[in-house]
Amino acid sequence: MYKIVKRDQIADNIFEYWINAPHVTKNGCAGQFVVIRIDEHGERIPLTISGIRGDDVRIVFMAVGKTTQQLAALQEGESIQDIAGPLGTPSEVKKWGRCAVIGGGVGIACLPILARELREAGNEVTGIIGARNEGLLLLEDELRNACDELVICTDDGSKGHHGFPADILKEKVAAKELDAVWIIGPAIMMKITSMATLNTGIKTFVSLNPIMVDGTGMCGSCRVTIGGETKFACVDGPEFDAHQVDWDELMNRQRTYTGQEKESLEHYHEHKCRCGDH
Amino acid sequence: MNRRPVEERLRDFNEVATGLSKESAVLEAKRCMGCPKPLCVDGCPVSIDIPGFINAIAEEDFRKASRIVKADNMLPAICGRVCPQEAQCQGTCILGKKGKPVRIGDLERFVADWERENGVEAPETAPTTGKHVAIVGSGPAGITAASECLRAGHEVTIFESLHEAGGVLTYGIPAFRMPKGIVKFEIDQVLALGAELKLNHIVGRSVAVDELLAYDAVFIGTGAGLPYFMGIEGENYGGVYSANEFLTRVNLMHADKFPEYDTPIIRGSRVAVVGGGNVAMDSARVARRLGAKVYLIYRRREDDLPARAEEIENAVQEGVEFVCCANPTKILGGPEVQGIECNRMDMCELDESGRPIPRPCTGVDSTFTLDVDVVIEAIGQGPNPLLAGLIPDLKRGRRGNIEVDEDGRTSIPHVFAGGDIATGAATVIWAMGSAKKAAASINKMLSEN
Ligand SMILES: Cc1cc2nc3c(=O)[nH]c(=O)nc-3n(C[C@H](O)[C@H](O)[C@H](O)COP(=O)(O)OP(=O)(O)OC[C@H]3O[C@@H](n4cnc5c(N)ncnc54)[C@H](O)[C@@H]3O)c2cc1C
Ligand SMILES: Cc1cc2nc3c(=O)[nH]c(=O)nc-3n(C[C@H](O)[C@H](O)[C@H](O)COP(=O)(O)OP(=O)(O)OC[C@H]3O[C@@H](n4cnc5c(N)ncnc54)[C@H](O)[C@@H]3O)c2cc1C
Ligand code: SF4
Ligand code: SF4
Ligand code: FES
Ligand SMILES: [Mg+2]
Repeated sequence: MYKIVKRDQIADNIFEYWINAPHVTKNGCAGQFVVIRIDEHGERIPLTISGIRGDDVRIVFMAVGKTTQQLAALQEGESIQDIAGPLGTPSEVKKWGRCAVIGGGVGIACLPILARELREAGNEVTGIIGARNEGLLLLEDELRNACDELVICTDDGSKGHHGFPADILKEKVAAKELDAVWIIGPAIMMKITSMATLNTGIKTFVSLNPIMVDGTGMCGSCRVTIGGETKFACVDGPEFDAHQVDWDELMNRQRTYTGQEKESLEHYHEHKCRCGDH
Repeated sequence: MNRRPVEERLRDFNEVATGLSKESAVLEAKRCMGCPKPLCVDGCPVSIDIPGFINAIAEEDFRKASRIVKADNMLPAICGRVCPQEAQCQGTCILGKKGKPVRIGDLERFVADWERENGVEAPETAPTTGKHVAIVGSGPAGITAASECLRAGHEVTIFESLHEAGGVLTYGIPAFRMPKGIVKFEIDQVLALGAELKLNHIVGRSVAVDELLAYDAVFIGTGAGLPYFMGIEGENYGGVYSANEFLTRVNLMHADKFPEYDTPIIRGSRVAVVGGGNVAMDSARVARRLGAKVYLIYRRREDDLPARAEEIENAVQEGVEFVCCANPTKILGGPEVQGIECNRMDMCELDESGRPIPRPCTGVDSTFTLDVDVVIEAIGQGPNPLLAGLIPDLKRGRRGNIEVDEDGRTSIPHVFAGGDIATGAATVIWAMGSAKKAAASINKMLSEN
């Protein structure tokens, strides 16, 4: 059992948990993730490592379906059954020069740890974050500290630039201000944003989020097509060259269980009202 | 072996084979001739004293029978159930030359089940040595190596990346063949000798390579968990599974009980399983239990199927339709599976294993299509690449397996390996046998320094 040592809601429907897991924190780095299972009946879901402090690992998640809603219902001091990690290949942190780290929605949570590592490696880091509206922005102060510069965007203009991170990225690309870019967010956002660096020679990483089961390379559920080749995102990734990704295939595979996910959530809400007896 | 009726077993995941009663076990044991040069023992990869334990059953001294079996095999309830006996001990039994071989596997299972119900004797362990052995992976290889090192008095830590121990026994082989309670029971017996089991620990990540190499000795039993895919068109549509994924969703995650358990699975109304080994049979029979019509597509003839004979029979009884001499060329549909296109195969000259080499037929009627909505690929697995690839000086073979000598030594002096990671996908008892040899080398090395 792994204890939730700190729990906060940090934006609309978005939660920040610190979980005691020394085996994860010991070697965990930017770009890696954990797989958690809440209880005996639970599924295994991947969540990015968003921070490390002593023996505690931070996860930030949006309560979208059964598992994340159940997770959000847990309280500080309670425990989850399993947390495995760190999984995946760490981000390619080295001296690139000028980097941009771009986050959309809950993907923003992946940026502080990455920005810090990039800066420690001698890079100049610009953070660009975007959300539908002000209420969905997160970790602003922390990112402002972690980056040399931070640009905020909202789709509805409720804060910062009225528009998308892609707009800012395009400007920076045109001004030849970048050597490497990370884009982390929903698949469609990564697909569209990464077009800004296509054929510019700027190394562009995205963190892919296909459906996973074990997260250790054993099942192949997470397979993605990169430059025409099949890769397992949980071990070969999750970060890949944005311009090699078969985005449509990824998005189709993400929808594989839409029907069951709805059923699972309905079952959870029904069952919750009957007070937790199986 | 007695089996439950088909209609009943298709409705649940309970064990199909019902085991021998005491009376029938004793009767069967009396058939054994107690050969002075028992050929059966040559067929058993861990050389159990087969006539010895069978004679004890005939004398109704089941405790003695159990001691004899466990001197060579710590996991008899598992091996009695899943060993391919017809290719091992029973394949060489002298009685099989003319009539039916002694049912050695069933007798071994009987003894193990008897012991479980009548109280287990803990094996003797040597005084503690203060040496610490790291075991990577908790499949049959890791568990066996752990048991041997514990009995020699060493401290043992087992690292397992999943949330449950057992390797393929837990996530791969379905409960109707290998009840999960029995796997847990046999593993718990080994843990009771004092091993520390660290679940959710991926060695190479949670435990860095230099931390691992700091142990006095290391045993790597990470298995052949890397699923191969055919590389045909349509393979990444929703509804195409590797057997590993399909079986893991059901065995480890209980997707058969969705939504009571959270993990979803596409049950499919018509399922195509590709392959002919145990993994394919298991996938087909799980799919039947999830309610689908199931085709099993195999490249060669029915006679060439490499799965255990008993499981092929079970699959036939359970209504799996065998489509032999056929090879898939394309999965139809997108983004969901709508069918599978196959090429009929000609059986050509024999290869070195004595089986015909299949080659695609040409001409009219050489292709056909099956209308299916789920495809499960069970065409084989490779050695788990993660850890082996992270240890710089570890010598690996062409297919990525860890190279070991006869005693389980790798190219690094205090690192040993066994099971599928060394041999490539094999069997439970082979994994145990090679782990035992490696553990003996570890114990020898640690007693010398
Ligand atoms: C490497 C990786 C890192 C991730 N990091 C984060 C993170 O830091 N914060 C965060 O909020 N989300 C993250 N996700 C997504 C997160 O795993 C899903 O939101 C979560 O599984 C949804 O589960 P649910 O039961 O609440 O919702 P569901 O209703 O079951 O699913 C909602 C959607 O989430 C995706 N999803 C469902 N099951 C899985 C699964 N087993 N594996 C992957 N995706 C799944 C599907 O696209 C699905 O349509 C990450 C995904 C990956 C692959
Ligand atoms: C579906 C199926 C059916 C089968 N049926 C039969 C049968 O009927 N009879 C038979 O004899 N054989 C059968 N086999 C083969 C048999 O199960 C294997 O040969 C045997 O399990 C190999 O044992 P192992 O210990 O080497 O590896 P595994 O059982 O694969 O165990 C390896 C373990 O190591 C863990 N691991 C891997 N990497 C790491 C890491 N870096 N850190 C920590 N842990 C790690 C894995 O999670 C796993 O638990 C079957 C196999 C399958 C897949
Ligand atoms: S371990 Fe397997 S091969 Fe050996 S005697 Fe038992 S059933 Fe036969
Ligand atoms: S070969 Fe057959 S008959 Fe002879 S000892 Fe072995 S099991 Fe008994
Ligand atoms: S999640 Fe199973 S192989 Fe990646
Ligand atoms: Mg879910």
